[in-house]
Amino acid sequence: MKTLVLVEHEGGHLKDATLSAVTAAARLGEVHLLVAGEGVGGVAEAAAKIAGAGKVHVADGAAYAHQLAENVAPLAAGLMQGHDAFVAASTTTGKNVAPRVAALLDVMQISDVIGIEGEDTFQRPIYAGNAIATVKSADSKKVLTVRGTAFEKAAAEGGSGQIEAVPGGEESGLSSFVGAEIAASERPELTSAKIIVSGGRALGSSEQFHQYIDPLADKLGAAVGASRAAVDAGYAPNDYQVGQTGKIVAPEVYIAIGISGAIQHLAGMKDSKLIVAINKDEDAPIFQVADLGLVGDLFKLVPELTEKL
Amino acid sequence: MKLLVPVKRVIDYNVKPRVKADGTGVDLANVKMSMNPFDEIAVEEAIRLKEKGVATEIVAVSIGPAKAQETLRTALAMGADRAILVTTDDAVEPLAVAKILAKIAEEEQPGMVILGKQAIDDDSNQTGQMLAALLGWAQGTFASKVEVDGEAVNVTREVDGGLETLRLKLPAIVTTDLRLNEPRYASLPNIMKAKSKPLAQKTPADYGVDTTPRLTTLGVREPSKREAGIKVQSVDELIDRLRTVGVI
Repeated sequence: MKTLVLVEHEGGHLKDATLSAVTAAARLGEVHLLVAGEGVGGVAEAAAKIAGAGKVHVADGAAYAHQLAENVAPLAAGLMQGHDAFVAASTTTGKNVAPRVAALLDVMQISDVIGIEGEDTFQRPIYAGNAIATVKSADSKKVLTVRGTAFEKAAAEGGSGQIEAVPGGEESGLSSFVGAEIAASERPELTSAKIIVSGGRALGSSEQFHQYIDPLADKLGAAVGASRAAVDAGYAPNDYQVGQTGKIVAPEVYIAIGISGAIQHLAGMKDSKLIVAINKDEDAPIFQVADLGLVGDLFKLVPELTEKL
Repeated sequence: MKLLVPVKRVIDYNVKPRVKADGTGVDLANVKMSMNPFDEIAVEEAIRLKEKGVATEIVAVSIGPAKAQETLRTALAMGADRAILVTTDDAVEPLAVAKILAKIAEEEQPGMVILGKQAIDDDSNQTGQMLAALLGWAQGTFASKVEVDGEAVNVTREVDGGLETLRLKLPAIVTTDLRLNEPRYASLPNIMKAKSKPLAQKTPADYGVDTTPRLTTLGVREPSKREAGIKVQSVDELIDRLRTVGVI
Protein backbone atom coordinates (compact mmCIF):
# COMPACT_ATOMS: atom_id res chain seq x y z
CA MET A 1 0.00 0.00 0.00
CA LYS A 2 1.27 3.47 -0.90
CA THR A 3 0.47 6.23 1.56
CA LEU A 4 0.60 10.00 1.17
CA VAL A 5 1.31 11.93 4.38
CA LEU A 6 0.44 15.62 4.60
CA VAL A 7 3.51 17.43 5.95
CA GLU A 8 2.73 20.16 8.46
CA HIS A 9 5.08 23.06 8.69
CA GLU A 10 5.24 26.58 10.01
CA GLY A 11 7.81 29.30 9.47
CA GLY A 12 9.96 26.98 7.35
CA HIS A 13 10.06 24.23 9.99
CA LEU A 14 8.54 20.80 9.81
CA LYS A 15 6.15 20.23 12.72
CA ASP A 16 6.44 17.23 15.03
CA ALA A 17 2.86 16.19 14.32
CA THR A 18 4.09 15.03 10.90
CA LEU A 19 6.49 12.54 12.51
CA SER A 20 3.67 10.73 14.33
CA ALA A 21 1.62 10.66 11.14
CA VAL A 22 4.60 9.06 9.35
CA THR A 23 4.76 6.31 11.98
CA ALA A 24 1.05 5.59 11.47
CA ALA A 25 1.44 5.62 7.68
CA ALA A 26 4.43 3.27 7.84
CA ARG A 27 2.16 0.71 9.52
CA LEU A 28 0.08 0.71 6.32
CA GLY A 29 2.85 0.64 3.73
CA GLU A 30 5.24 2.85 1.78
CA VAL A 31 5.46 6.42 3.06
CA HIS A 32 5.33 9.25 0.53
CA LEU A 33 4.93 12.82 1.66
CA LEU A 34 3.25 15.98 0.41
CA VAL A 35 4.74 19.36 1.20
CA ALA A 36 2.50 22.23 0.09
CA GLY A 37 3.53 25.81 0.77
CA GLU A 38 5.46 28.78 -0.51
CA GLY A 39 9.25 28.77 -0.25
CA VAL A 40 9.22 25.30 1.28
CA GLY A 41 12.48 23.93 -0.15
CA GLY A 42 13.89 23.59 3.37
CA VAL A 43 10.78 21.80 4.63
CA ALA A 44 10.98 19.38 1.70
CA GLU A 45 14.61 18.60 2.54
CA ALA A 46 13.65 18.01 6.18
CA ALA A 47 10.79 15.75 5.05
CA ALA A 48 13.16 13.71 2.86
CA LYS A 49 15.33 13.05 5.92
CA ILE A 50 12.51 11.52 7.97
CA ALA A 51 13.30 7.85 8.56
CA GLY A 52 11.39 5.77 6.03
CA ALA A 53 10.54 8.64 3.68
CA GLY A 54 9.93 7.67 0.05
CA LYS A 55 8.98 10.28 -2.51
CA VAL A 56 8.47 13.82 -1.24
CA HIS A 57 6.01 15.63 -3.50
CA VAL A 58 6.59 19.35 -3.26
CA ALA A 59 4.02 21.90 -4.40
CA ASP A 60 5.68 25.27 -3.99
CA GLY A 61 3.66 28.32 -4.85
CA ALA A 62 1.67 31.30 -3.60
CA ALA A 63 -1.59 29.32 -3.72
CA TYR A 64 -0.30 27.06 -0.96
CA ALA A 65 1.25 29.76 1.23
CA HIS A 66 -1.37 29.50 3.98
CA GLN A 67 -2.44 25.88 3.53
CA LEU A 68 -5.89 26.96 2.36
CA ALA A 69 -8.04 23.83 2.17
CA GLU A 70 -9.63 25.06 -1.07
CA ASN A 71 -6.21 24.91 -2.79
CA VAL A 72 -4.49 22.05 -0.94
CA ALA A 73 -7.36 19.53 -1.09
CA PRO A 74 -7.59 19.31 -4.93
CA LEU A 75 -3.79 18.99 -5.06
CA ALA A 76 -3.83 16.12 -2.56
CA ALA A 77 -6.83 14.47 -4.21
CA GLY A 78 -5.00 14.59 -7.56
CA LEU A 79 -1.90 12.94 -6.08
CA MET A 80 -4.09 10.29 -4.47
CA GLN A 81 -4.65 8.78 -7.92
CA GLY A 82 -1.26 7.14 -7.37
CA HIS A 83 -1.68 6.36 -3.65
CA ASP A 84 -3.91 4.17 -1.51
CA ALA A 85 -4.13 6.09 1.77
CA PHE A 86 -4.00 9.77 2.72
CA VAL A 87 -2.74 10.34 6.26
CA ALA A 88 -2.84 13.67 8.11
CA ALA A 89 -2.25 14.53 11.76
CA SER A 90 -5.31 15.34 13.89
CA THR A 91 -4.33 18.98 14.13
CA THR A 92 -6.43 21.95 13.08
CA THR A 93 -4.63 21.85 9.72
CA GLY A 94 -5.19 18.12 9.20
CA LYS A 95 -8.81 18.30 10.36
CA ASN A 96 -9.44 21.19 8.00
CA VAL A 97 -7.95 19.62 4.88
CA ALA A 98 -8.45 15.83 5.15
CA PRO A 99 -12.28 15.67 5.02
CA ARG A 100 -12.21 17.91 1.95
CA VAL A 101 -9.80 15.47 0.31
CA ALA A 102 -12.00 12.54 1.38
CA ALA A 103 -15.14 14.03 -0.16
CA LEU A 104 -13.30 14.79 -3.43
CA LEU A 105 -12.32 11.09 -3.52
CA ASP A 106 -15.81 9.94 -2.41
CA VAL A 107 -14.27 8.27 0.63
CA MET A 108 -15.54 8.20 4.22
CA GLN A 109 -12.72 9.51 6.40
CA ILE A 110 -11.65 7.79 9.61
CA SER A 111 -10.98 10.56 12.12
CA ASP A 112 -8.61 10.56 15.10
CA VAL A 113 -7.17 7.10 14.57
CA ILE A 114 -5.46 5.77 17.72
CA GLY A 115 -4.82 2.21 16.58
CA ILE A 116 -4.21 0.38 13.30
CA GLU A 117 -5.27 -3.27 13.24
CA GLY A 118 -4.80 -3.88 9.54
CA GLU A 119 -4.87 -2.00 6.28
CA ASP A 120 -8.61 -1.37 6.52
CA THR A 121 -9.32 -1.67 10.26
CA PHE A 122 -8.76 1.13 12.75
CA GLN A 123 -9.50 2.13 16.32
CA ARG A 124 -10.84 5.58 17.12
CA PRO A 125 -12.34 7.29 20.17
CA ILE A 126 -16.00 8.33 20.09
CA TYR A 127 -18.23 10.10 22.64
CA ALA A 128 -15.42 12.32 23.92
CA GLY A 129 -13.19 9.31 24.48
CA ASN A 130 -15.78 7.48 26.60
CA ALA A 131 -15.77 4.65 24.09
CA ILE A 132 -13.32 3.25 21.57
CA ALA A 133 -14.73 1.98 18.28
CA THR A 134 -13.05 -0.47 15.94
CA VAL A 135 -14.13 0.32 12.38
CA LYS A 136 -13.47 -1.40 9.06
CA SER A 137 -13.45 0.68 5.91
CA ALA A 138 -14.97 -0.61 2.67
CA ASP A 139 -13.52 2.26 0.60
CA SER A 140 -10.77 1.33 -1.84
CA LYS A 141 -8.75 4.36 -0.79
CA LYS A 142 -8.41 5.37 2.85
CA VAL A 143 -8.34 8.86 4.32
CA LEU A 144 -7.21 9.07 7.95
CA THR A 145 -6.42 11.67 10.54
CA VAL A 146 -4.25 10.27 13.32
CA ARG A 147 -3.77 11.27 16.93
CA GLY A 148 -0.18 12.29 17.60
CA THR A 149 -0.33 10.96 21.15
CA ALA A 150 -1.08 7.44 19.93
CA PHE A 151 1.93 7.02 17.64
CA GLU A 152 5.61 7.46 18.45
CA LYS A 153 7.40 10.08 16.43
CA ALA A 154 9.40 8.74 13.48
CA ALA A 155 13.10 9.65 13.58
CA ALA A 156 13.62 13.06 11.98
CA GLU A 157 16.99 11.97 10.54
CA GLY A 158 18.20 8.97 8.61
CA GLY A 159 15.83 8.92 5.65
CA SER A 160 16.71 9.50 2.04
CA GLY A 161 13.50 10.46 0.27
CA GLN A 162 13.50 11.74 -3.31
CA ILE A 163 12.14 15.22 -3.78
CA GLU A 164 9.82 15.70 -6.75
CA ALA A 165 8.16 18.96 -7.76
CA VAL A 166 4.41 18.84 -8.38
CA PRO A 167 3.25 21.05 -11.24
CA GLY A 168 0.20 23.25 -10.90
CA GLY A 169 -0.57 25.66 -8.13
CA GLU A 170 -3.88 27.13 -9.19
CA GLU A 171 -5.70 29.49 -6.84
CA SER A 172 -9.26 28.36 -6.31
CA GLY A 173 -10.30 32.00 -5.99
CA LEU A 174 -12.63 30.92 -3.16
CA SER A 175 -10.66 32.00 -0.12
CA SER A 176 -7.76 34.19 0.90
CA PHE A 177 -5.65 34.68 3.99
CA VAL A 178 -6.30 37.91 5.93
CA GLY A 179 -4.11 37.55 9.00
CA ALA A 180 -3.21 35.50 12.04
CA GLU A 181 -2.59 36.06 15.71
CA ILE A 182 -0.14 33.32 16.52
CA ALA A 183 1.26 33.66 20.00
CA ALA A 184 5.05 33.75 19.91
CA SER A 185 6.31 31.72 22.83
CA GLU A 186 9.67 30.53 24.07
CA ARG A 187 7.94 27.58 25.67
CA PRO A 188 7.64 24.16 24.02
CA GLU A 189 4.59 23.34 21.93
CA LEU A 190 1.71 21.89 23.94
CA THR A 191 1.26 18.79 21.81
CA SER A 192 4.94 17.79 21.91
CA ALA A 193 6.03 19.06 25.36
CA LYS A 194 7.52 16.62 27.89
CA ILE A 195 5.94 18.49 30.80
CA ILE A 196 2.72 20.51 30.81
CA VAL A 197 1.51 22.81 33.57
CA SER A 198 -2.20 23.41 33.12
CA GLY A 199 -4.45 25.86 34.94
CA GLY A 200 -8.18 25.85 35.59
CA ARG A 201 -10.95 28.17 36.63
CA ALA A 202 -9.73 28.24 40.23
CA LEU A 203 -6.95 30.58 39.11
CA GLY A 204 -9.63 33.26 39.18
CA SER A 205 -8.26 35.77 36.68
CA SER A 206 -5.95 36.16 33.71
CA GLU A 207 -3.43 38.01 35.91
CA GLN A 208 -3.37 35.24 38.52
CA PHE A 209 -3.20 32.58 35.82
CA HIS A 210 0.03 34.06 34.53
CA GLN A 211 1.32 34.98 37.99
CA TYR A 212 1.02 31.42 39.33
CA ILE A 213 1.23 29.12 36.29
CA ASP A 214 3.94 30.77 34.18
CA PRO A 215 6.81 30.74 36.74
CA LEU A 216 6.24 27.04 37.50
CA ALA A 217 6.14 26.21 33.79
CA ASP A 218 9.31 28.20 33.17
CA LYS A 219 11.11 26.50 36.02
CA LEU A 220 10.21 23.08 34.58
CA GLY A 221 10.72 24.05 30.94
CA ALA A 222 7.09 23.08 30.49
CA ALA A 223 4.33 24.09 28.08
CA VAL A 224 1.28 25.85 29.51
CA GLY A 225 -2.21 24.46 29.08
CA ALA A 226 -5.65 25.35 30.40
CA SER A 227 -9.06 23.83 30.97
CA ARG A 228 -11.98 24.91 28.83
CA ALA A 229 -13.46 26.71 31.84
CA ALA A 230 -10.32 28.83 32.18
CA VAL A 231 -10.29 29.63 28.45
CA ASP A 232 -14.01 30.45 28.38
CA ALA A 233 -13.51 32.76 31.36
CA GLY A 234 -10.78 34.57 29.45
CA TYR A 235 -7.93 33.58 31.79
CA ALA A 236 -5.98 31.91 28.98
CA PRO A 237 -6.02 32.08 25.16
CA ASN A 238 -7.93 29.47 23.16
CA ASP A 239 -4.83 27.71 21.87
CA TYR A 240 -4.02 26.68 25.48
CA GLN A 241 -7.14 24.53 25.73
CA VAL A 242 -6.57 20.89 26.56
CA GLY A 243 -9.58 18.60 26.14
CA GLN A 244 -11.82 16.80 23.74
CA THR A 245 -12.48 19.91 21.65
CA GLY A 246 -9.08 21.47 22.28
CA LYS A 247 -5.71 19.77 22.14
CA ILE A 248 -5.13 16.11 22.97
CA VAL A 249 -1.88 15.77 24.91
CA ALA A 250 0.10 12.92 26.46
CA PRO A 251 3.25 14.37 28.04
CA GLU A 252 5.59 12.62 30.50
CA VAL A 253 4.16 14.79 33.28
CA TYR A 254 0.86 16.70 33.34
CA ILE A 255 0.38 19.04 36.27
CA ALA A 256 -3.26 20.09 36.67
CA ILE A 257 -3.67 23.12 38.89
CA GLY A 258 -7.10 24.23 40.01
CA ILE A 259 -8.71 21.97 37.42
CA SER A 260 -11.72 19.98 38.66
CA GLY A 261 -11.44 17.39 35.89
CA ALA A 262 -14.56 17.60 33.74
CA ILE A 263 -14.87 14.59 31.47
CA GLN A 264 -14.11 16.70 28.40
CA HIS A 265 -10.84 17.79 29.98
CA LEU A 266 -9.86 14.27 31.04
CA ALA A 267 -10.44 13.11 27.46
CA GLY A 268 -7.64 15.43 26.40
CA MET A 269 -4.96 14.44 28.91
CA LYS A 270 -5.68 11.06 30.49
CA ASP A 271 -3.00 9.34 28.41
CA SER A 272 -0.28 11.42 30.08
CA LYS A 273 2.36 9.17 31.69
CA LEU A 274 2.21 10.85 35.12
CA ILE A 275 -0.61 13.11 36.25
CA VAL A 276 -0.19 15.48 39.18
CA ALA A 277 -3.21 17.37 40.53
CA ILE A 278 -3.35 20.28 42.93
CA ASN A 279 -6.86 21.21 43.97
CA LYS A 280 -8.56 22.43 47.13
CA ASP A 281 -11.54 20.10 46.65
CA GLU A 282 -10.49 16.61 47.68
CA ASP A 283 -13.49 15.13 45.87
CA ALA A 284 -12.62 16.72 42.53
CA PRO A 285 -12.79 14.14 39.70
CA ILE A 286 -9.24 15.02 38.65
CA PHE A 287 -8.00 13.00 41.67
CA GLN A 288 -9.57 9.87 40.18
CA VAL A 289 -7.01 9.93 37.38
CA ALA A 290 -4.11 11.63 39.15
CA ASP A 291 -1.07 9.56 40.14
CA LEU A 292 -0.07 12.19 42.67
CA GLY A 293 -2.67 14.41 44.29
CA LEU A 294 -2.14 17.34 46.62
CA VAL A 295 -5.17 18.82 48.33
CA GLY A 296 -4.92 22.45 49.30
CA ASP A 297 -4.86 26.09 48.33
CA LEU A 298 -3.10 26.49 45.02
CA PHE A 299 -2.23 30.11 45.78
CA LYS A 300 0.00 28.85 48.62
CA LEU A 301 1.12 25.49 47.19
CA VAL A 302 2.09 26.55 43.67
CA PRO A 303 4.54 29.31 44.72
CA GLU A 304 6.03 26.91 47.29
CA LEU A 305 6.46 24.23 44.62
CA THR A 306 7.98 26.73 42.17
CA GLU A 307 10.42 27.92 44.82
CA LYS A 308 11.51 24.48 46.03
CA LEU A 309 12.02 22.87 42.63
CA MET B 1 -29.40 36.04 2.26
CA LYS B 2 -30.78 32.69 3.26
CA LEU B 3 -28.92 30.60 5.83
CA LEU B 4 -29.01 26.82 6.03
CA VAL B 5 -28.31 25.37 9.49
CA PRO B 6 -27.93 21.60 9.82
CA VAL B 7 -28.53 20.27 13.34
CA LYS B 8 -28.02 16.80 14.83
CA ARG B 9 -29.86 15.01 17.60
CA VAL B 10 -27.26 13.53 19.94
CA ILE B 11 -26.86 12.28 23.49
CA ASP B 12 -27.17 15.21 25.91
CA TYR B 13 -23.73 16.55 26.75
CA ASN B 14 -24.36 16.12 30.49
CA VAL B 15 -25.01 12.39 30.19
CA LYS B 16 -22.10 10.03 30.67
CA PRO B 17 -22.15 7.59 27.74
CA ARG B 18 -22.10 3.89 28.66
CA VAL B 19 -20.79 1.20 26.37
CA LYS B 20 -23.31 -1.61 25.84
CA ALA B 21 -22.39 -4.89 27.51
CA ASP B 22 -22.36 -6.72 24.16
CA GLY B 23 -19.82 -4.25 22.76
CA THR B 24 -21.96 -3.19 19.80
CA GLY B 25 -22.19 0.49 20.63
CA VAL B 26 -23.16 3.05 23.22
CA ASP B 27 -26.42 2.56 25.10
CA LEU B 28 -28.91 5.23 23.99
CA ALA B 29 -32.08 3.59 25.37
CA ASN B 30 -33.89 5.96 27.76
CA VAL B 31 -31.04 8.45 27.56
CA LYS B 32 -31.71 12.19 27.35
CA MET B 33 -31.09 13.47 23.83
CA SER B 34 -30.49 17.08 22.82
CA MET B 35 -29.23 19.24 20.00
CA ASN B 36 -25.50 18.84 19.40
CA PRO B 37 -23.96 21.77 21.36
CA PHE B 38 -21.89 22.98 18.40
CA ASP B 39 -25.07 23.06 16.29
CA GLU B 40 -26.80 25.19 18.93
CA ILE B 41 -23.98 27.68 18.44
CA ALA B 42 -24.62 27.52 14.68
CA VAL B 43 -28.35 28.24 15.16
CA GLU B 44 -27.51 31.15 17.47
CA GLU B 45 -25.05 32.62 14.96
CA ALA B 46 -27.65 32.41 12.20
CA ILE B 47 -30.22 34.19 14.39
CA ARG B 48 -27.71 36.94 15.21
CA LEU B 49 -27.01 37.44 11.50
CA LYS B 50 -30.75 37.75 10.92
CA GLU B 51 -31.11 40.19 13.81
CA LYS B 52 -28.33 42.30 12.25
CA GLY B 53 -30.25 42.36 8.97
CA VAL B 54 -27.59 40.32 7.14
CA ALA B 55 -29.74 37.21 6.82
CA THR B 56 -33.37 37.11 5.75
CA GLU B 57 -34.38 33.52 6.37
CA ILE B 58 -33.04 30.61 8.44
CA VAL B 59 -33.74 27.05 7.35
CA ALA B 60 -32.85 24.33 9.86
CA VAL B 61 -32.20 20.78 8.56
CA SER B 62 -31.82 17.51 10.39
CA ILE B 63 -31.06 14.04 9.08
CA GLY B 64 -31.99 11.28 11.46
CA PRO B 65 -34.84 9.40 13.16
CA ALA B 66 -38.40 10.80 13.36
CA LYS B 67 -37.55 12.07 16.84
CA ALA B 68 -35.05 14.50 15.32
CA GLN B 69 -38.18 16.58 14.79
CA GLU B 70 -37.80 17.63 18.45
CA THR B 71 -34.32 18.95 17.67
CA LEU B 72 -35.71 20.92 14.74
CA ARG B 73 -38.50 22.33 16.94
CA THR B 74 -35.79 23.53 19.32
CA ALA B 75 -34.07 25.31 16.42
CA LEU B 76 -37.41 26.83 15.38
CA ALA B 77 -38.08 27.93 18.96
CA MET B 78 -34.69 29.61 19.11
CA GLY B 79 -35.53 31.55 15.95
CA ALA B 80 -35.18 29.50 12.76
CA ASP B 81 -37.99 30.17 10.27
CA ARG B 82 -38.67 26.73 8.85
CA ALA B 83 -37.28 23.22 8.96
CA ILE B 84 -36.56 20.19 6.79
CA LEU B 85 -36.43 16.73 8.35
CA VAL B 86 -34.79 14.00 6.32
CA THR B 87 -36.00 10.88 8.10
CA THR B 88 -34.00 7.68 8.28
CA ASP B 89 -33.53 5.11 11.01
CA ASP B 90 -30.11 4.12 9.70
CA ALA B 91 -26.92 5.64 11.02
CA VAL B 92 -25.87 8.10 8.32
CA GLU B 93 -22.16 8.82 8.00
CA PRO B 94 -20.78 12.34 7.49
CA LEU B 95 -20.10 11.69 3.77
CA ALA B 96 -23.74 10.75 3.11
CA VAL B 97 -24.98 13.60 5.32
CA ALA B 98 -22.85 15.99 3.27
CA LYS B 99 -24.30 14.57 0.03
CA ILE B 100 -27.88 15.11 1.25
CA LEU B 101 -27.02 18.61 2.47
CA ALA B 102 -25.41 19.40 -0.89
CA LYS B 103 -28.68 18.52 -2.66
CA ILE B 104 -30.65 20.66 -0.21
CA ALA B 105 -28.21 23.52 -0.72
CA GLU B 106 -28.69 23.26 -4.50
CA GLU B 107 -32.47 23.55 -3.99
CA GLU B 108 -32.43 26.24 -1.34
CA GLN B 109 -29.48 28.33 -2.63
CA PRO B 110 -28.35 29.62 0.79
CA GLY B 111 -25.67 32.31 1.09
CA MET B 112 -24.05 30.35 3.91
CA VAL B 113 -24.37 26.98 5.56
CA ILE B 114 -23.47 27.26 9.25
CA LEU B 115 -22.99 24.02 11.19
CA GLY B 116 -21.20 22.62 14.21
CA LYS B 117 -17.56 21.65 13.76
CA GLN B 118 -18.28 18.19 15.12
CA ALA B 119 -21.05 16.16 16.74
CA ILE B 120 -20.36 14.99 20.26
CA ASP B 121 -21.40 11.41 19.52
CA ASP B 122 -19.12 10.23 16.69
CA ASP B 123 -16.68 13.18 17.02
CA SER B 124 -15.95 12.98 13.28
CA ASN B 125 -15.42 16.67 12.48
CA GLN B 126 -15.99 16.11 8.75
CA THR B 127 -19.44 17.14 7.51
CA GLY B 128 -18.79 20.85 6.89
CA GLN B 129 -15.52 20.28 5.06
CA MET B 130 -17.06 17.50 2.96
CA LEU B 131 -20.06 19.65 2.09
CA ALA B 132 -17.72 22.46 1.01
CA ALA B 133 -15.84 20.02 -1.24
CA LEU B 134 -19.02 18.64 -2.82
CA LEU B 135 -20.41 22.12 -3.52
CA GLY B 136 -17.03 23.58 -4.51
CA TRP B 137 -17.47 26.34 -1.91
CA ALA B 138 -15.04 27.96 0.48
CA GLN B 139 -14.87 26.70 4.06
CA GLY B 140 -14.25 28.52 7.34
CA THR B 141 -13.85 25.81 9.95
CA PHE B 142 -13.63 26.15 13.77
CA ALA B 143 -14.99 29.71 13.64
CA SER B 144 -14.77 32.06 16.60
CA LYS B 145 -15.92 35.15 14.67
CA VAL B 146 -18.04 35.56 11.53
CA GLU B 147 -18.40 38.91 9.75
CA VAL B 148 -20.25 39.20 6.47
CA ASP B 149 -18.78 41.91 4.26
CA GLY B 150 -20.56 42.36 0.94
CA GLU B 151 -19.96 39.36 -1.29
CA ALA B 152 -17.58 37.76 1.19
CA VAL B 153 -17.40 36.65 4.80
CA ASN B 154 -14.41 37.05 7.11
CA VAL B 155 -14.07 34.07 9.39
CA THR B 156 -11.69 34.00 12.35
CA ARG B 157 -10.67 30.43 13.08
CA GLU B 158 -9.35 28.77 16.24
CA VAL B 159 -6.16 27.08 15.07
CA ASP B 160 -3.45 25.23 17.00
CA GLY B 161 -1.16 28.24 17.35
CA GLY B 162 -3.85 30.84 18.05
CA LEU B 163 -6.25 32.54 15.65
CA GLU B 164 -6.34 32.90 11.88
CA THR B 165 -8.66 35.02 9.74
CA LEU B 166 -9.70 34.01 6.23
CA ARG B 167 -11.82 35.85 3.70
CA LEU B 168 -14.27 33.52 1.95
CA LYS B 169 -16.21 34.18 -1.20
CA LEU B 170 -19.95 33.63 -0.70
CA PRO B 171 -21.67 31.22 -0.74
CA ALA B 172 -19.54 29.54 1.90
CA ILE B 173 -19.53 26.93 4.66
CA VAL B 174 -18.84 27.94 8.26
CA THR B 175 -18.30 25.43 11.08
CA THR B 176 -18.61 26.69 14.63
CA ASP B 177 -16.21 26.43 17.53
CA LEU B 178 -17.06 26.85 21.20
CA ARG B 179 -16.37 30.53 21.59
CA LEU B 180 -18.33 31.88 18.63
CA ASN B 181 -21.27 32.82 20.85
CA GLU B 182 -23.42 31.69 23.76
CA PRO B 183 -26.66 30.19 22.50
CA ARG B 184 -29.90 31.62 23.87
CA TYR B 185 -32.64 29.64 25.57
CA ALA B 186 -35.94 29.52 23.76
CA SER B 187 -38.71 31.39 25.60
CA LEU B 188 -41.99 29.63 26.35
CA PRO B 189 -44.00 31.76 23.86
CA ASN B 190 -41.41 30.98 21.18
CA ILE B 191 -41.57 27.26 21.99
CA MET B 192 -45.35 27.46 21.47
CA LYS B 193 -44.93 29.44 18.23
CA ALA B 194 -42.38 26.95 16.93
CA LYS B 195 -45.04 24.24 16.89
CA SER B 196 -46.80 25.94 13.99
CA LYS B 197 -43.72 26.81 11.95
CA PRO B 198 -43.40 24.81 8.71
CA LEU B 199 -41.51 21.51 8.84
CA ALA B 200 -41.08 19.56 5.60
CA GLN B 201 -40.62 15.77 5.77
CA LYS B 202 -38.24 14.11 3.33
CA THR B 203 -36.21 10.91 2.96
CA PRO B 204 -32.66 10.33 1.67
CA ALA B 205 -34.26 8.73 -1.44
CA ASP B 206 -35.96 12.06 -2.25
CA TYR B 207 -32.47 13.43 -2.80
CA GLY B 208 -31.21 10.32 -4.59
CA VAL B 209 -28.51 9.74 -2.02
CA ASP B 210 -27.28 6.25 -1.17
CA THR B 211 -26.61 6.22 2.57
CA THR B 212 -25.05 2.74 2.72
CA PRO B 213 -22.26 3.03 5.30
CA ARG B 214 -18.67 2.80 4.15
CA LEU B 215 -17.47 1.96 7.65
CA THR B 216 -18.55 -1.10 9.60
CA THR B 217 -18.25 -0.92 13.35
CA LEU B 218 -16.68 -4.21 14.45
CA GLY B 219 -16.89 -3.40 18.13
CA VAL B 220 -17.07 -0.70 20.77
CA ARG B 221 -15.24 -0.97 24.06
CA GLU B 222 -14.58 1.08 27.15
CA PRO B 223 -11.30 2.97 27.14
CA SER B 224 -8.60 1.53 29.35
CA LYS B 225 -9.19 2.75 32.87
CA ARG B 226 -6.69 4.84 34.73
CA GLU B 227 -6.39 4.04 38.40
CA ALA B 228 -6.31 6.79 40.99
CA GLY B 229 -2.89 7.16 42.57
CA ILE B 230 -2.03 8.47 45.97
CA LYS B 231 -2.50 11.74 47.82
CA VAL B 232 0.64 13.40 49.09
CA GLN B 233 0.54 15.56 52.18
CA SER B 234 2.94 18.33 51.30
CA VAL B 235 4.86 20.05 48.54
CA ASP B 236 8.06 18.44 49.87
CA GLU B 237 6.57 14.97 49.58
CA LEU B 238 5.36 15.79 46.04
CA ILE B 239 8.85 16.88 45.00
CA ASP B 240 10.36 13.74 46.61
CA ARG B 241 7.98 11.52 44.67
CA LEU B 242 8.66 13.34 41.41
CA ARG B 243 12.41 12.95 41.97
CA THR B 244 12.00 9.25 42.77
CA VAL B 245 10.27 8.57 39.47
CA GLY B 246 12.94 10.65 37.82
CA VAL B 247 10.66 13.06 36.00
CA ILE B 248 12.33 16.17 37.40
